[in-house]
Amino acid sequence: MELWFSEKHTRNVKLSIKVDRQLCSMHSDFQRIDVFESKEFGRFLVLDGYMMLTEKDEFIYHEMMVHVPMAVHPDVKRVLVIGAGDGGVARELIRYPGVEAIDLVEIDKAVVDVCKKYLPQTACGFDDPRVHVYYQDGMKYIRRHENEYDLVIVDSTDPFGPGEGLFTREFYGNCYKALKSDGVMVNQHESPFYDNDALAMQRAHKRIIHSFEISKVYQAHIPTYPSGHWLFGFASKKYHPLKDFNGARWERFGIQTRYYNPELHLGAFALPNYVEEMLYEVEAER
Amino acid sequence: MDGQKQKRAPILEALERLKKMRIVPFDVPGHKRGKGNRPLAEFLGERCLGIDVNSQKAIDNLCHPVSVIKEAEELAADAFGAAHAYFMVGGTTSSVQAMILSSCKRGEKIILPRNVHRSAINALILCGAQPVYINPQTDAKLGISLGMEPADVAQAIKAHPDAKAILVNNPTYYGICSDLRGIVKLAHDAGMLVLADEAHGTHFYFGNNMPVSAMAAGADMAAVSMHKSGGSLTQSSFLLMGPGVNADYVRQIINLTQTTSASYLLLSSLDVSRRNLALHGPEIFDKVLGFSEYAREEINEIGGYYAFSAELVNGGSVFDFDRTKLAVNTSGIGLAGIEVYDILRDEYDIQAEFGDIVNLLCYISVGDRMQDIERLIGALAEIKRRYQRSGAGMLQYEYIDPVVELSPQEAFYAPKKAVPLQECDGKIAAEFVMCYPPGIPILAPGERITTAIIEYIQYAKEKGCSLTGTEDMETNYINTVENGGAYGTMVF
Repeated sequence: MELWFSEKHTRNVKLSIKVDRQLCSMHSDFQRIDVFESKEFGRFLVLDGYMMLTEKDEFIYHEMMVHVPMAVHPDVKRVLVIGAGDGGVARELIRYPGVEAIDLVEIDKAVVDVCKKYLPQTACGFDDPRVHVYYQDGMKYIRRHENEYDLVIVDSTDPFGPGEGLFTREFYGNCYKALKSDGVMVNQHESPFYDNDALAMQRAHKRIIHSFEISKVYQAHIPTYPSGHWLFGFASKKYHPLKDFNGARWERFGIQTRYYNPELHLGAFALPNYVEEMLYEVEAER
Repeated sequence: MDGQKQKRAPILEALERLKKMRIVPFDVPGHKRGKGNRPLAEFLGERCLGIDVNSQKAIDNLCHPVSVIKEAEELAADAFGAAHAYFMVGGTTSSVQAMILSSCKRGEKIILPRNVHRSAINALILCGAQPVYINPQTDAKLGISLGMEPADVAQAIKAHPDAKAILVNNPTYYGICSDLRGIVKLAHDAGMLVLADEAHGTHFYFGNNMPVSAMAAGADMAAVSMHKSGGSLTQSSFLLMGPGVNADYVRQIINLTQTTSASYLLLSSLDVSRRNLALHGPEIFDKVLGFSEYAREEINEIGGYYAFSAELVNGGSVFDFDRTKLAVNTSGIGLAGIEVYDILRDEYDIQAEFGDIVNLLCYISVGDRMQDIERLIGALAEIKRRYQRSGAGMLQYEYIDPVVELSPQEAFYAPKKAVPLQECDGKIAAEFVMCYPPGIPILAPGERITTAIIEYIQYAKEKGCSLTGTEDMETNYINTVENGGAYGTMVF
């Protein structure tokens, strides 16, 4: 017997993973949620047919979402995490003793429940007393907060389906408002490679540069995401991701990482020419 | 309403039967089910072009319905609680015009509020009837016209006992309802017909706890924009009639101007949408109401904006309020409604229904999703944060009482002269000036132009309203009646 999970990365390209068994399949109020177990990638979470994370490569994504801003902003105390019901971002954040509060806003409680049950490797930070979970629409939550957070992490799904609103100008503007005067926002920024992803990437960048003084893009290699080449956004009111980066200070935290390190931090912001051109294209329209 | 019968959709069923018959078309349309126009078939889809067919025996004829269209019209009448219903394919404009053209003739009077849609006054140009305007009360703070008060209607009836009909806007674009039952009683006691422009009230017939519908209130005719809250295709509409109306005469009137090649896309969309509302109306409009009530609450919490609702109800000029509407007064953040409308579209990729000088109207329907409602609210919060300014210099909306010098028909067909806007004071307009949307005339043919009107037009232009109606596309000139209308007959 052969059972394969396939996800279309474009109309003409797909990634397939051989499935050992299916652990969970359900429909929440917002989406279909599946968890599979595989030989190659361990367990993996699928929302509406799109692969969200696998046990084998989720560390790359979560380390890059968290340690990059934490090595730039000198004093992060209050963090807002939008999305991220799998708990991976929270897991990385609670490793910093200086972080006082992590407010996690996830629209779909079922995602958190499923991850706690089937993906404990990722969903292991929820019990930390600093983590507060709000089951709400991220857009709605953030409207009511002003000048409150040092760091906002937007760990969204793709800009189709429930995550759509998290790629809009009104959302980024509201994030800006929720941040303190030296606040930083990091977001999942799609991929530059396939046309549709690249379009979403450009649109996100266009909307962020309208809201933030500093807006840079960095990258990581995530094997199970379309093309494997994935981008993140670093938007900030004050700190520059390279000029204000302090690798020595970050090393003193003594956090063991598998992907991130201070040299890689610098390299992650060095983008291929074709990506720079795409970003420049929307910056020039400004 | 007969729930069992309402499950049927005779036009849809006939079209499906026709498809199975695999008839060889040697009739129009020339695209022959799309085969003759591949690019169009690819763009609109094979299914769509496959039912773009001409009237024929199997699918009846809108001009003279005897089979499936007749049945579908009977089902619609049943669903809306009307004695008769006609399927209309020229927009609700055609329904409004059919109501007026079948109620009054040249020289006869019709009582109507001045904030009518242009289609009503257009009908007066066509038939030569004379308007008697009732001043709808105005809410100066919100900058909107309200409903017609029965006392004002009674006064108009007394002053013009020879009027043939009374036209009521119910609800207005903003959701304001008049005391329809009260107006019907006054009108019927005086032997006048009541015509309801219910363009924004389809849901009154199907939702829970809605304001009273025209048919239930005893109105004689109602124009219902099925394509607004009813979900049918753009341009499709219903004309409803009560028991006191000669429906066959109305059909003759409709056929004066209606196409003889009515689109089956439009007809089937009316049929399917009627069935959908009859079967699922209460759930559909509960959902819409949930969206608009939530949005209103959240928008009001932002501060500065005022999303108004049933608190306006005062028993008179606001007899009832349609809570599915989402109108937001923007004067509290110092921006004109049209400015917020433009920012929403240009910077947030959100298309609202329209903005006037102090309000924004967002159309909420069953097709909305909660996440989109959140986007709208989030964008309004952002616009306030980024653009809020002092309200100094904002024009206060005031009802400008029209001075009607000539009937719309006389003025429209009179010898006329284009006069620069700022020199129009004192002249008689020979054409319309209006912001579109909403399409309510600032100036109608036959009305005396005043400095207040000129100032209003200039302010609306400055704020970016899209002005229409004039022959001059830029509205820098207005066609005015030559010789001050001295050759014509004075109406009043």
